[in-house]
This record gives sequence, C-alpha cells and structure tokens, in this order.
Amino acid sequence: MATATDRTAGRRTAGKPATMAQALQRAMRDAMAEDPTVHVLGEDVGTLGGVFRVTDGLAKEFGEDRCTDTPLAEAGILGTAVGMAMYGLRPVVEMQFDAFAYPAFEQLISHVAKMRNRTRGAMTMPLVVRVPYGGGIGGVEHHSDSSEAYYMATPGLQVVTPSTVEDAYGMLRAAIASDDPVVFLEPKRLYWSKSDWSPDDPAPVEPIGKAAVRRTGTSATLITYGPSVPVCLEAAEAAREEGWDLEVVDLRSLVPFDDETVCASVRRTGRAVVVHESAGFGGPGGEIAARITERCFHHLEAPVLRVAGFDIPYPPPMLEKHHLPGVDRVLDAVARLQWEAGH
Amino acid sequence: MTVQELPGAAAYRPAPPPAWRHRTDPAPLLPDSEPFRVLGTGAELDRALMLKLYAELVRGRRYNAQATALTKQGRLAVYPSSTGQEACEVAAALALEERDWLFPSYRDTLAAVARGLDPVQALTLLRGDWHTGYDPREHRIAPLCTPLATQLPHAVGLAHAARLKGDDVVALALVGDGGTSEGDFHEALNFAAVWQAPVVFLVQNNGFAISVPLAKQTAAPSLAHKAVGYGMPGRLVDGNDAPAVHQVLSEAIGRARRGGGPTLIEAVTYRMEAHTNADDATRYRGSAEVEAWRAHDPIRILEGELTARGILDEDGVRAAAEAAEAMAAALRERMNAEPVLDPMDLFTEVYAERNGQLREQAAQLRAELEAEAR
Repeated sequence: MATATDRTAGRRTAGKPATMAQALQRAMRDAMAEDPTVHVLGEDVGTLGGVFRVTDGLAKEFGEDRCTDTPLAEAGILGTAVGMAMYGLRPVVEMQFDAFAYPAFEQLISHVAKMRNRTRGAMTMPLVVRVPYGGGIGGVEHHSDSSEAYYMATPGLQVVTPSTVEDAYGMLRAAIASDDPVVFLEPKRLYWSKSDWSPDDPAPVEPIGKAAVRRTGTSATLITYGPSVPVCLEAAEAAREEGWDLEVVDLRSLVPFDDETVCASVRRTGRAVVVHESAGFGGPGGEIAARITERCFHHLEAPVLRVAGFDIPYPPPMLEKHHLPGVDRVLDAVARLQWEAGH
Repeated sequence: MTVQELPGAAAYRPAPPPAWRHRTDPAPLLPDSEPFRVLGTGAELDRALMLKLYAELVRGRRYNAQATALTKQGRLAVYPSSTGQEACEVAAALALEERDWLFPSYRDTLAAVARGLDPVQALTLLRGDWHTGYDPREHRIAPLCTPLATQLPHAVGLAHAARLKGDDVVALALVGDGGTSEGDFHEALNFAAVWQAPVVFLVQNNGFAISVPLAKQTAAPSLAHKAVGYGMPGRLVDGNDAPAVHQVLSEAIGRARRGGGPTLIEAVTYRMEAHTNADDATRYRGSAEVEAWRAHDPIRILEGELTARGILDEDGVRAAAEAAEAMAAALRERMNAEPVLDPMDLFTEVYAERNGQLREQAAQLRAELEAEAR
C-alpha cells in the first residue's frame, strides 16, 4: 500500500526551512518551466504575487502572458480558463479566498466538471482551481469558509488538500499534471507552516488519490485532512497520557477517496473519529462515516464519530476559536469512543 | 470650524488628482441608430455568396421544420426552433474561416449545420442519447450550451489562447437577448475588451426570453449599446437581412483577426415559433405582431431581391427546395432509427481513470444488466 508515514522524514537538508506558500509557488514555477502550456491566472497573481504571495515572482520570470492579472471576476477567470483549456493550455486559476469562488460555481459545475463527459472524452479540462480555504487566520466574514463539501458533491471534479509543505509541492505538481480538473484546497492557516523540505530535492510526484498515515497507532483512528491534520497530531500526542495510542490518517485527496487506507486503518483500530472544520451537517464527515460503516461495520467497537465545525455560518474572527475543532474537542470525542452497546 | 470657514481656505483646496482612466471618445464605438441593411439599398451583391446564403437559408428552414416534426413524433426530447432567425445562424457561420471556432447556444443547431456539422450529430443533445454528438475539436464547434451565456467566456479564453500561440483564429460566440442579462455576458465582454481577444459576440435579439419581452429585459437603448461600456464597438444589424449579417460579421471577424479586438453585434430578428415545442407563445404575443414579422421573413426578402436582380431564377429556387427536401428526407430516415445505447457508457469519461466508487457502481450496473438479460 502506497501510504507514507511522515513523508517529510529523511528529507531534511541544511537549507532554510521552506513554507507551504513557498512550496506551492515552487510547484507552479517548476511546472511552468517544464511545460509552456501551463498558465497561471487570477486577481492579483501577477505584479503583487497573490495576496498570500503564492504566485510571487511568476509574472516576472515567465511574463504576463503566462501569469496574468485578470479583471476581478471569478466566473470570468474560470470561464476564460475553460476556453484556454479547450485550446490546449493547462490553466492554474487562483480564487483569492474560499468564499470568493462562489461566483464561479456555475462554470465549475456546469462546464469544468462535465466537459470530459459531455464530449465523451474528446475535450478534457486539465485545469487546476486553487482555493485558499478555511479559518484560523482572523479573517473577517467571507474569508474563512470551508467549501469542500460543495466540490465533493460534484462528479467530475477531483478535490485535494495538502497538510504538509512537501505535499503542497508534490500534490500541486500532480494536480497540474492531471488531465482532469482539480479543486486544490490550500489550508491558509498552514501557508506559513515550515519544514526543512528542500525545493532542490523534491520527492517524486505521485498521482493524487492516496491517503497518508501520519502517525501509526492501535487504539483508534483519527481521519482528517488539511488544516485539521496538525490538530489531530497534537491531540494524538496528548492522548498518550490517557493511554490512547491514536493513528492519524491524512486523507490528502477527498475525491478520489482512498477507502483502502481508511478502512485498513479502522479495521486495525476498531474505532474512528472524523475531524474537519467545515460544518458537520451535510459535510464530508457524514460521507466518510457512512463509507466506514458500510465497509468496516463488523470491525467497529463504537460508532464512527465526527468532530466538525458547528453548523453555523463562519463566525466573526473573535469567536472563531470556539467554532474550530481544537485538540480538546478531538480528545472529548476520543473519550466517547469508550462506547458500550446500550450506552 | 469647517474648512470653508477657515480664513483663506480656498488657497488650501488642492487640485483633484488626475483621473485613472484614459478615456477615449466613445462615439466611434456607438452603434448606428438604425440596423444596418443591404437588401433594398441597391448595394452590390456577390452572386456566389448570395446563392450560397439562399440555399443555406432554405435548407435551414426545412431543417427547423423537420426537427419540429420529430419532436411531435417523440424522436426528439425538445427542439428550440430558429425559424425566422435563419439569416443570423447561416450568415454568421458562413462568415467564419475553417480554422475559426463557433460557440453556439442550444438554439444554434443551424449555425453548426451550416458550418458543416452532420445534421444528426447536431441533434444528439436534443434527442437525448448523449450531451454532445460530435468532437468539438474536429469541427471547431463548442458543445451546444444550455446554461445561458456561460459559453461566452469560453470563447474569450479560447481566442485569447489562440492569439498567445500566434494563431490567427477568431471565436464567434452566439447568445440571445435574454442571455445579455446574465453575469457571464458581462464578464466575457469585459475580459475580451481588456485582453483585446479576437472574439465576436453576436446577440440574436429575437424579442423574447421565453416569454419575457425585451422591454422587461433591458433598459439599454439597444443591446449593441452595451459594447461602449466595455470599450469595444457595438454594431446593429437587421438580423433577417442575410447579406447584411454576413457583411457585419465578416468585418468584425476580419478586424478581430487583424488584432483589432472584439465586437458586440446585435442582430434584430424574430422567433416565429414558440421558445420550444413545450412553450405556448400565444400567451405572451399577439398574432398581428407575428404577421408583421412574417412580411419581413429572411427567406422571402432575400428571394425577392435576388429574383428581381436576376441572380436567382425559378430553377434556382426549385434546386434549393429540392436540396432541402433531400436533406430532410435523409434526416427523417436516420432519426427514425433507434439509437443503440450502451448503459455502461454512464461510467466512461467521468474521469480519465475510474475511481473506486465508479468501479463499484459500474459493477453494480453490469450485474443488473446481466440479471435483466437472463
């Protein structure tokens, strides 16, 4: 099984630590250098280098035709990218913030996701939609949504989200190389997370679709992705004091979904908690819990639990700490896994 | 104490900073107040082009009639007829070079057929056996687009990409009057003008968005006037005057090809039939209006002028009618054959590679089909 335990281990170099934002920039830069059909477009991606500086330097290095500041119009950005892909380019589109992507939903759902199918494969959509998503950075309203459930519910889209610096590089390279559209969700509160990963020694790029076991354990499995991965790793460390040895699975890819890695883990541990910060009702956790129940029912010692953001519009920044699933909430759920029939 | 009350305040009042926008005189961008016409003006006519336009109009009218009949026989799920609008469809398609791209809406099957698409392939969407019955790259015709105006930014992106690559390809995007109210219309025109993309937008203003008349759709002086706000020229043309549509389109396409940027063209026309066979047009318009437009029928006025000028004779009229009838007979015959569908195609071409879910679901369907067959 191609799962990786702590993918950053063993790749340390003497260089300066790299941030996730830098790794993403490097992924686009390397892809653009290798393939002249790769084009980056979006609001502020050129001269400014993106509001998070993820596209920093690309316009200077590759010119404004390859890294283009567009008018401020998300449907137009994605809609023109569709036309560019129709003519053989591989557009990488930036939606500046999660909630700003909503005007582009019709293009995404009616055209990007369906073009291959509508044309029976004659016309594909090898484009990437980069969406900085999630909370925890003190953003005001409309800057902290976790919209992954909307994307997951649309057949034809792949939906991925990295949680490590190394994955940010490798997964974005894989997304750009993919012949199908990818919604690439960037956990913005991890943009400044660092690792000793070196862009000069990147891991081989694997096709997207595989989960990674970030921490092995025997008592229960925490299934998570993106911004909640560090939370779960911290919770797993804290749980050791309570005698819990937790396994942490980082999904990395929500679509396609790696049932194999998830179920193998849950069959080993017999207990599972799904952790994400988007709303729980109608959220990814419900789908994941259902899949586990359908496939691993006889291995389960307790119901699959969910720890999610509350079912509320994303709260104002001064209250977000109460909304976001933190270590304590994860540990509370783990405690509830000591479930007995008839309880 | 306010600024005005300060002694000598006027001396402190700074001059306003220069405006950001370098404005040019919008007058050259404005459309004429009357739609451009060729027929009835005594203008010179290209004989070969006129005969081609005429034959295609007649064939298009017959195609619309045949497709409408096929809905009544249950052979098509739905058909949005373009009867009355054939001049727009045909003249626009014939103004394109082979390397150019067409971005049609759901009503624009005739434009696709006039461009050379197989008449049956053009109807696949409306028959319901697949969403697009042809390879868009092969014909340089984007899939017939059902959501309104969403194909317009595609045309802009494709034209922009072609220009970046150094190809002198032009994209022609068709949209209706209702579609001009959509956000994608605005974003597409704005991108096209900012990028100076080689794209031409043709609005077929047929008076109604299903039942809503133009007056309830827009307060603009004309739809062509919308161009000025984007910084591109707007042109107004009589959409039932095929030579006029062809000339205006050819000029705009040529300008785009030479790097002159986009144009918005409004062709004023009329939909003689209902929105689709599922619509009742008598609920929202009177027969007097329909009859007035019938007098300005695109085939009738072209035929009249070409006959009067000796370009077309009785033999020519008969030949065009016979060719159209032959097309209709062949279309009827081929559409009467039951399409052979493979249910397993449901799972092909969702992704380049099937994921686990689709593999499981394909296996489920295969088992169901095998159980049915037993």
